[in-house]
Amino acid sequence: MTRLTVNGESMELDADPLMPLLWALRDVLTLPGTKYGCGIGLCGACTVHVDGKAERACLVRLSEVEGKSVTTIEGLDPNGDHRVQQAWRDLNVPQCGFCQSGQIMQAAALLAENPKPSDDEILASMAGNVCRCGCYQRIVEAVRLASTGS
Amino acid sequence: MLKYLETVDAPALSVIKPSRRGFLAGSAAFMLGVYATRGEAFPKWPTGGEQMPHGLRDDPLIFVSIDSDGTVTLVAHRSEMGTGSRTSLPMIMADEMEADWDRVKIVQAEGDEPKYGNQDTDGSRSLRHHIQAARKIGGSVRHMMQAAAAQEWGVDAGEVTVTNHAARHGDKMMDFGDLAEAAMALPVPTHEEIAYKSEDEFRYVGKGEVQIYDLHDITTGKAVYGADVSLPGMKYAVAVRPPVVGGKVVSFDASEALAMPGVVGVYELPHSIPPAKFAPLGGVAVVADTTWAALQARDQIKIEWDDGPHGDYSSGPFMEEMKATALDKGKVLRKQGDPDAAFANAARTFGQTYTQDHMAHIPMEPPVALANYTADGLEIWAPVQSPYAARTDTAAALGLDPEQVRVNVTLLGGGFGRKSKADYVTEAALLSREVGAPVRMQWTRDDDVRHCFYHTTSAERIEVALDDAGKVTGWRHNSVAPSILSTFAPDGGHQFMIENGMGHVDMPFAIPNVSVENGQAFAHTRIGWFRAVSNVPRAWAIGSFVGDLAAELGKDQREMWLELIGAPRQVDPAAEGYPEDFWNYGEVYDEFPIDTGRLAHVLNVAADAIGYGKALPEGEGIGLAVHRSFVSYVACAAHVKVVDGKITVPEMHMAIDCGFAANPERIRSQIEGATVMGMTVALHSSITFENGAPQQHNYNDYDVVRSDNFPGKVITHIVPHGFDTHATGVGEPGVPPVAPAIANGLFVATGQRKRALPFGETV
Repeated sequence: MTRLTVNGESMELDADPLMPLLWALRDVLTLPGTKYGCGIGLCGACTVHVDGKAERACLVRLSEVEGKSVTTIEGLDPNGDHRVQQAWRDLNVPQCGFCQSGQIMQAAALLAENPKPSDDEILASMAGNVCRCGCYQRIVEAVRLASTGS
Repeated sequence: MLKYLETVDAPALSVIKPSRRGFLAGSAAFMLGVYATRGEAFPKWPTGGEQMPHGLRDDPLIFVSIDSDGTVTLVAHRSEMGTGSRTSLPMIMADEMEADWDRVKIVQAEGDEPKYGNQDTDGSRSLRHHIQAARKIGGSVRHMMQAAAAQEWGVDAGEVTVTNHAARHGDKMMDFGDLAEAAMALPVPTHEEIAYKSEDEFRYVGKGEVQIYDLHDITTGKAVYGADVSLPGMKYAVAVRPPVVGGKVVSFDASEALAMPGVVGVYELPHSIPPAKFAPLGGVAVVADTTWAALQARDQIKIEWDDGPHGDYSSGPFMEEMKATALDKGKVLRKQGDPDAAFANAARTFGQTYTQDHMAHIPMEPPVALANYTADGLEIWAPVQSPYAARTDTAAALGLDPEQVRVNVTLLGGGFGRKSKADYVTEAALLSREVGAPVRMQWTRDDDVRHCFYHTTSAERIEVALDDAGKVTGWRHNSVAPSILSTFAPDGGHQFMIENGMGHVDMPFAIPNVSVENGQAFAHTRIGWFRAVSNVPRAWAIGSFVGDLAAELGKDQREMWLELIGAPRQVDPAAEGYPEDFWNYGEVYDEFPIDTGRLAHVLNVAADAIGYGKALPEGEGIGLAVHRSFVSYVACAAHVKVVDGKITVPEMHMAIDCGFAANPERIRSQIEGATVMGMTVALHSSITFENGAPQQHNYNDYDVVRSDNFPGKVITHIVPHGFDTHATGVGEPGVPPVAPAIANGLFVATGQRKRALPFGETV
């Protein structure tokens, strides 16, 4: 039994404590916004916040989030209007959209820690999140927009 | 009316067996409509769409339903994998209809080509083929609204105007919702009866202001992809597949796997013998209560394999063999003038060989499918580019009638050609039948990289004959690459007309003596199509060769391109020795000719925009390339800068001529994305085989361009055209010119010439 908080809700999960958080979120809690992309922490599609920090859910065991607070894309903002989400829409970032949950969660964690990142800091922070459609230019612009308002 | 993915939480299987009577009635009604318009429809806009399987449908009664509250529901019948066609085609319908976009809902069609027309979403065809059918659908409804309002008010239809979701006459106004019942019961007008909008009357088309329909859902995690559909009692499957294509299981021991908690069962999948089209490879699948349980159990299965006939396929020797073959004369596909004499009489000749490794598509969403096999039939939820092929292939594999199979299409987390081949759907269906429960088959990234339908590997030899003045008098290009055809039919070792038509026989330069050849190479893995297909190696070879030749002759790169392209002309394929089966992307040639003026124009647009010719510091250079594919013209101007030994592209200008631009915003996004995929092709994408098996697994050894080194500041220039110029392909044609432009820029920057793809990130 793992006790944790997911999107503000306290819960006890009866699942293999070695199960990666990714599969617990998707298969046990039916929160499919967090995506499977590689399973080895190299694509960022499964990025969630654990106690506010960006983590790859495929690399975090359920036992490692005992007592911690997990936020997924579904819980980032009650109305889906986090400034990062708004910036993503303002700049028409997505193409297929599959990686965007992870991209948005990574960007939101970056801005929570560093509200005014430099361009280099944005590029470095987002480099772990792959977009095979190639939306990087708009992703970087959207992070900047969310950060500075322009 | 089908609701897009509204079956997700509470799957209703009532439509799993469509009523045959209803189907036939609908079909007959449709045929009447077609006879009224076929052949005459949009005389300025004939496309190859009619020749595609099941052709085009333009019946509003199939694509449009309107509720009494005025909500207009439009069917998107093409799969959405990131190009935006799920938004753009309904947007065109809505605009012609005078519907208010804010009151439009979009539902996704299930795989049913007899009903919706062709749904095979590849070949950069969605807008090119369906734009006019979308206009007909919208225009029909506008006229039906007009006629219904005229009846209601007792006035002539000609006096009623239809604008912004309502019919109007004097101070009278009726909303679409109030007119819907009467309007949709009226006869559907013929094409000739419809007064179409002129370009300046469009509110959405050509503007690029409509956002993609799924934008809010994507940014909030609510968008539904293949692995996001759940059914009560659903089980989770993963599989181990033969490491070598054509291999099979000799024996396996699943005792440890079966003893693990949560494991439902372990099943051998039927193996296929090439050519097997899209049939599953075979192997052993484990079904469990969670993905995690299935993955853990999979690791415990011990399998002895028979590798079959391709167990000695190794990329290194195979490439050497292809390069040697390319030096010889190949099967001649196009002969213009007297190339032998041109080379015999040349003052000098110059030749180079360009190669490319295999590539895997690796869409962000690996292959995945949910199948529910019951006594009533089979229902599928899956991200598929060709839902009707998925339906008929899976029906055949299970011995079902296609009428017993329903394929619901989710959003695709990328496709790039991989998801045209629905082996993963058939696997899920076989397992659901075996287990007696809904089964989600999840491919891991390793599975995806190691069991792809790979982009071919190639050696392209180009030689030219030159006269005393350094003018090119003869061209010989021998392309050697395993063919896609080998996936469908016994392998003859030669490419076929579709591959030959992708930048090979249609080489557009003004050279009097030409020999276009294809040397033999046999496939030893599954060859499939990857975004832009054979255009990638051909544009790479031809584009790099132009740079090579310019350097050899001491000419400027841009001048070299323009000299070879020559004066603006419409290529006469017969006069230039093209084969009789020349494939022009399925389009009638006279409607979509090769226009070298348009080719040169996009090159000049991109070159001028980047400031080609400006002085740059050492270690920097601008590379140019231009290529026609999918009947569009795209040029790339790449500013390459080597920083601490790393190849970077701080600025790139892309110019595209795709005829009439229905949704410029999504054209730009496709082209921006193509620069990233093109740079990945240039620097990273290599699948190599040893002993028959691919050596790469995941992003650790098959990486892509990331945000720390992507083409920065990509600016897309769209050549403006009115409705008198066909809309042409957008999804694919951005990719081919990117790698040669980067290589040409790198040469200017460093003097290093790359002739093998990929060439790595460092110099």
